[in-house]
Amino acid sequence: MNWFHRRGWRDLIIGLPYLWLALFFLVPFLIVVAMSVATKTPTAPPFSFGGEHPWVNLETYQRLVSEPLYLRAFLISLMNAAGTTVFCLLLGYPMALGLTRVSRSARNILLMLVILPFWTSFLLRVYAWMGLMGKSSWFNQGLTDAWNWLVPADWAVKSLPMMHSNFAVILVMVYTYLPFMILPLYASLERLDPTLDEAALDLGSRPWQVFLDVTLPQSVPGIIAGGLLVFIPAAGELVIPTLVGDASTPMIGRVISDQFSQARDWPMASAVAVALLALMVGPTMLYSHYQARAEGSK
Amino acid sequence: MAEFLQIEGVSKSFGPFQAVRNVSLSVAKGEIFSLLGGSGCGKTTLLRMLAGFEEPSAGRILIEGRDMAGVPPWARPVHMMFQSYALFPHMTVEANIGYGLKHEPLSVAQRKDRVREMLDLVQLTPMATRKPHQISGGQRQRVALARALARQPKLLLLDEPLAALDKKLREHTQFELMEIQERIGVTFVVVTHDQEEAMTLSDRIAVMDKGQVQQVGSPTEIYEYPVNRFVASFIGAITSFEAEVTARAPGTLTLHVPAFGQEVTTREADFAPGAKVTLALRPEKLVISKTRPPGNAVQGVVKDLAYFGKDSLYRITLASGALVQAHAVNQARGVAMVADWDDQVWLSFDPSAAIVLGG
Repeated sequence: MNWFHRRGWRDLIIGLPYLWLALFFLVPFLIVVAMSVATKTPTAPPFSFGGEHPWVNLETYQRLVSEPLYLRAFLISLMNAAGTTVFCLLLGYPMALGLTRVSRSARNILLMLVILPFWTSFLLRVYAWMGLMGKSSWFNQGLTDAWNWLVPADWAVKSLPMMHSNFAVILVMVYTYLPFMILPLYASLERLDPTLDEAALDLGSRPWQVFLDVTLPQSVPGIIAGGLLVFIPAAGELVIPTLVGDASTPMIGRVISDQFSQARDWPMASAVAVALLALMVGPTMLYSHYQARAEGSK
Repeated sequence: MAEFLQIEGVSKSFGPFQAVRNVSLSVAKGEIFSLLGGSGCGKTTLLRMLAGFEEPSAGRILIEGRDMAGVPPWARPVHMMFQSYALFPHMTVEANIGYGLKHEPLSVAQRKDRVREMLDLVQLTPMATRKPHQISGGQRQRVALARALARQPKLLLLDEPLAALDKKLREHTQFELMEIQERIGVTFVVVTHDQEEAMTLSDRIAVMDKGQVQQVGSPTEIYEYPVNRFVASFIGAITSFEAEVTARAPGTLTLHVPAFGQEVTTREADFAPGAKVTLALRPEKLVISKTRPPGNAVQGVVKDLAYFGKDSLYRITLASGALVQAHAVNQARGVAMVADWDDQVWLSFDPSAAIVLGG
C-alpha cells in the first residue's frame, strides 16, 4: 500500500469539516451555553461564575419564561418568519415551476437573475428598500395614489406609513430570502418526470388537478427544504428589523443584540440565543426525519 | 358506418421538420393495430396526436365519427400506456389504478369494486398497497395497463408496451396482453419498433418510415408480400438482388439476375420486359442441397454457418461474389447438417417464394 492509499487520508478528508464545525460552531456554542448560566457583573467581561455551589445561575432562564418581553419577541419572530416563509412560498413556487417549463437557454438566464441580487451588498439592497418605502419616493407615492383611488375619500392619506413597521420587515425579508426558496424548489421540481403530468392528463385530469395530484405532492421535500432555509434565518434576523422595523415590535435577534451591547447583560443574551437555537432544532430534525424516510422509500 | 378510428391526411411538423406526412389510416373496433417503424419514423408522434398531446398540423382524426380537433387529452375517450409506464411514484398500486376513476360519476364503493376488478384482471391483488418502486418491472407494466383500462376507454394506446421487459417476460406478457384485449374487446393501437412484437400482437400493421405509411396489412401480407424494399428489409431478414425483367408470360415472369449470372422465373408481377426490379429472397424460403434440383437454382460455397439449435443460418457466396443468407431447419437429431464450411451447394427456390419489387 503506498502513501496515497492510506486510510488516514480518507479520515482526514472526512474529519476536516467536522473539525471546522467543532472549532467554529460547537465550541462557541458551548461558550454561549456556559455564559447563559453565569451571573451578570460590572466587570470585563461582564459576567462571572459563582465561586461556590451551585456555580451555575439559572435566573436568566427563569426571566426568559416569566418576562413578557422575551416571550413576545419570540412570538413576533416566529410569526414574522412564518409570514415570510408563506409569502416566499407563494411567490417562489410559480417562479420555480416556471423555470422548469422554459427552454434550457432561457432557464440559465432566469436562474442567473434569481442569484444576481447576491452580487450587490445586502445592506445596500436594504437601504434601497428604505428609500423606496420612504414617504416621498415614487414607490410610496404610486401605492398611495392607488390606495386613495380604491378607498372612500375620507380614508385618503398623504403617504402610506410603510417604513418602521412590521409590514416593512416582512416585505424586505421576503425580498431577501426569496432565492433561498426558489432554488431548492426548482431543484426538486426539475427532477419530476413530465410524462407523469401527461399520464394524469390522459387519465382525465385537468391541468390544475394534475398540479394538485402529481406536481405538488412530489415537491414536498423541496417545499420543506426551501421553507427551512427561509424560516430559520428569518426567525433570527437582526439587520432588517433594526433598519426598517418598528422598535415596539422587536424581533428576537434585536433582543439578543440589545442585551449584548446596550444592557451588557451577556448571560441574558446567551440564554435567549440558546432558546432560539433550541426552537430551530425542532423543525430541522423534523426535516431530517422526513428526508430519511423519503430516502428509505426509494 | 364509418370506421371506429379514422386518420385522414394527418401531418405534423415541428418547425422545419416534418415528423408525420399525410398519413391516412382506419382502424376497426376491437382490432389490435400496430404502428411499426424505426426510431424517428413518426409513429410516436402519431400516437401522441391520438392521445391529444399534439395537435395535427393538417388533417383530421375521428373517433367513432367525432372530430378530435381541439379536444384536450382529458376529454378524449382514449387512454395511453406509456413506455416508461409513468406510474405515480407517491401513490400505491391501488391509488394508481383508481386515479382516473375519480373523474367518473361513481360511488366510493363502485370505485373500489372497479379497482378490485382491475387488480384481479392483471393478477396484482396481493400488491395493491405497495408503491411502484416496491414491485418488479413486469408488475409495473401490468399496473400501467390496469390504470389505462380502469376507465374503460374505447381506444387504448400502447407505446412500446413490452420494450422495458426482458425477453422471457416479453413473450409471456405478449400473450397476456392479447388475452386481456380479447376479453375486454377494447381497440388497441400499439407503437413498436420490434417487428416480432408487432407480428405476434397485431391483427394489422402499418409500417412507417420517414413520417409516411409504407404499407398497411396483416402480418402475413406484410411479411410475404411487401410492397417496397423498405418494408421487405425492415420485416425479417432478406437478401435482395438487382434484376431485369426479360420476359412476361401469363403466370410467370422471367428475370435476369446479374449476381446469379443466369435467369430465374417468378410469379407474374406487373412489370414490362426491360424493367429494372429487385429480387428479394427470404432465408427460410431457400433450399440448400448438394445436387442440382430442377427449377431456379444457383451454385455457391458455404462461407459461414451458425447453429442455433432448432435451425442453422448459412451464408453462401455465389460465383459472382454476392452473399446470400439461407435458413435450414434441423429436423433430425444428431445427423450431420445439410452442408459444412466450404461445401459446394445449390440454392433453389420456388417461383412463388421470390419477391419482385420495383426499383
